Amino acid sequence: MCMNSLITVWNALPFILGGSLVTIANVCVALGIGLALGVPLAVGQCYGGPVVRRLVGLYVWFFRGVPILVLLFLFFGLFVWIGLPVEPFMLSCVVLGLTSTAYQSQIFRGAIQSLPQGQLKAARALGMRDAVALRCIILPQALRLSIPGWANEFSILLKDSAICYVLGTQEIMARTNFVAARTHEHLALFAAAGLLYFLITLAGLHLLKRLELKMQIPGYSAGME
Amino acid sequence: MTQSVEPVLRVRGISKSLSGKAILKDCSMDVARGELKVLIGPSGAGKSTLLQCINCLIPPDAGEIWLENEKLAMHDRTSLCAFRAQVGMIFQDFNLFDHMTAEENVAIALRKVRGMSAHDAHRRAQEELGRVGLGRRASLYPAQLSGGQKQRVAIARALAMDPKVILLDEPTSALDPELVGEVLAVIRDLSRGGMTMIMATHQMDFARALAHEILFMERGVIIERGTPAALLAPGAGTRTQAFCTSLLDMGGAGEPL
Amino acid sequence: MDIPFFTQEVLPALNRGLLVSLELIVPAAILGFAGGVLLGVLRVFGGPLTRRLGNTYVGVLRGVPLAVQLMMVYYALPSIGIYFEPYGAALLSFILCSAAYHSEYIRGALLSIRQGQVRAAQALGMSMFQTVLWIIVPQAARRALPGCGNEIVYLIKYSSLAYLVTCMELMGEGKVIASNTFRYMEVFLVVGAYYLIMVTLASWLLRWLERRFAIPGFGTH
Repeated sequence: MCMNSLITVWNALPFILGGSLVTIANVCVALGIGLALGVPLAVGQCYGGPVVRRLVGLYVWFFRGVPILVLLFLFFGLFVWIGLPVEPFMLSCVVLGLTSTAYQSQIFRGAIQSLPQGQLKAARALGMRDAVALRCIILPQALRLSIPGWANEFSILLKDSAICYVLGTQEIMARTNFVAARTHEHLALFAAAGLLYFLITLAGLHLLKRLELKMQIPGYSAGME
Repeated sequence: MTQSVEPVLRVRGISKSLSGKAILKDCSMDVARGELKVLIGPSGAGKSTLLQCINCLIPPDAGEIWLENEKLAMHDRTSLCAFRAQVGMIFQDFNLFDHMTAEENVAIALRKVRGMSAHDAHRRAQEELGRVGLGRRASLYPAQLSGGQKQRVAIARALAMDPKVILLDEPTSALDPELVGEVLAVIRDLSRGGMTMIMATHQMDFARALAHEILFMERGVIIERGTPAALLAPGAGTRTQAFCTSLLDMGGAGEPL
Repeated sequence: MDIPFFTQEVLPALNRGLLVSLELIVPAAILGFAGGVLLGVLRVFGGPLTRRLGNTYVGVLRGVPLAVQLMMVYYALPSIGIYFEPYGAALLSFILCSAAYHSEYIRGALLSIRQGQVRAAQALGMSMFQTVLWIIVPQAARRALPGCGNEIVYLIKYSSLAYLVTCMELMGEGKVIASNTFRYMEVFLVVGAYYLIMVTLASWLLRWLERRFAIPGFGTH
């Protein structure tokens, strides 16, 4: 029986590994959406007027308070309602991306607020407009400080992406489920899936650690931690 | 010293309150070209707030600022940025941009505010760093520099903008005693070279030797002003003189140059 | 807006589901936290083997998606003769998983207490037990509170995954109505509101606790 389990896993491996590409693509797109939208939200929350701050707060409150699973079906309903084509992968990317936007905006906000006040003052004293100061002085530092939080966000997103199988996204979970339902080798197959997630997490965190080291400002990190 | 008739910078009636408490009350001064004005007074007197009000890093509640006969429109962002680009500022805690090398710190405003090309900006930055004796440290990051070196980079950063006035907010008070001298030497050379400056400091020997005028502040008001000779003469009976004596008693006076 | 649809069909079903959700969340929060404290203490004060085991456990449970863990408990354990009801499988998974996350915060809080605190207590003649009870625990608990509180908020949200193993809680009830009527958006807006309310109330409570027990000037970073 043990032998059979291993053979089943071995045979299913190419199929499931194919799913890991979908998983990785899903996570990367979601991280990208979160970065593209999270930075402006964070800037709005730090420097915007009361209305902007309130709106960003509302967005963050909503997407941090509603479970991914509920959001997946809610957006499914929303897509159907406004007549958009319901494509599982795209839907997964949108939901994970918008959720990650909420979390990433808070990572960036924390980083911006942790910078010393004097940085903005010095930039203004040189005659820089706030937009230039933000682009050249604040964000380059804040984004560096965000990398550890970002690594954490990556591993959370990777785990959340497993939930997207309920829509039929052909990622690791969906494919593992598919094979398990036919072969009844749940234990071995899900152990393999778990291991796969584990390895992807390790690989991703390793890459981000390298990014962090590469971006490090000489002599600076020790003082900021 | 070449004093022209028209002041470079005129500050009129600056007042500022924070949460109901008056920090500055009706502060005014005229700064002539090439003049070094020194602000002294106890901590919390409002020296730092006054300097930051002069270039609107802290917007004053009332008052006017004139740079070379042109009144600053404080609420117009374009003219405010243009004004600040001509008024250098040196901070107590340096405020170098921590993610940039010394050279990039000096070059960034030349590129983004003056619109200089990267090549020209960096050549100019090299020159300015050379002027403050840091030509060979250009590629180091702030965290790799000593306090005195950081403050000299900050001075080079301000000088690169060809400022008409430089405001110095206690430039040596965050430095270890043995590093104070190198920064004061740079400021002294600037003054001798004809740079117009307003400096808040506790370095009394420096003020005595180099200031053209001393302004003594207490509780947000400039209560005495005059030449060092007039204010600091033994037995002058001024508030300034009493303050300096108390500084000396506490051993708080600066190293002689 | 179809009011009767909500008042007569959706809300009663969701209230039923909410009850099941709470029956999952409350015990999982309490037992998960207890497990996390135990695990955290073992990982800091245990021998080398205990520490190694504890670290491996936490590494694995934090590295593998909760959805996979649920599948393991519900679908895979039966193949080695261990059977669970959907509710039991979900509850067990939640406890095991949140214990791992809680233990991280507990461990961090314990490690953050400076050696001087312990030495000072011992210099006053306190026993090790007294030192732990009066000096270490009160400080560590405050340090761990924000993290552990967050973990409980996460638990509220992730309790929706019980639906994946056919446990009929809030999410499951919502899904059944939505599938039957194909009114996904309306139904899940209401389901979302239920979760938002739970999460918001829990966050308020936790923030109140943090303030209530804050020590003036004592950084809780």
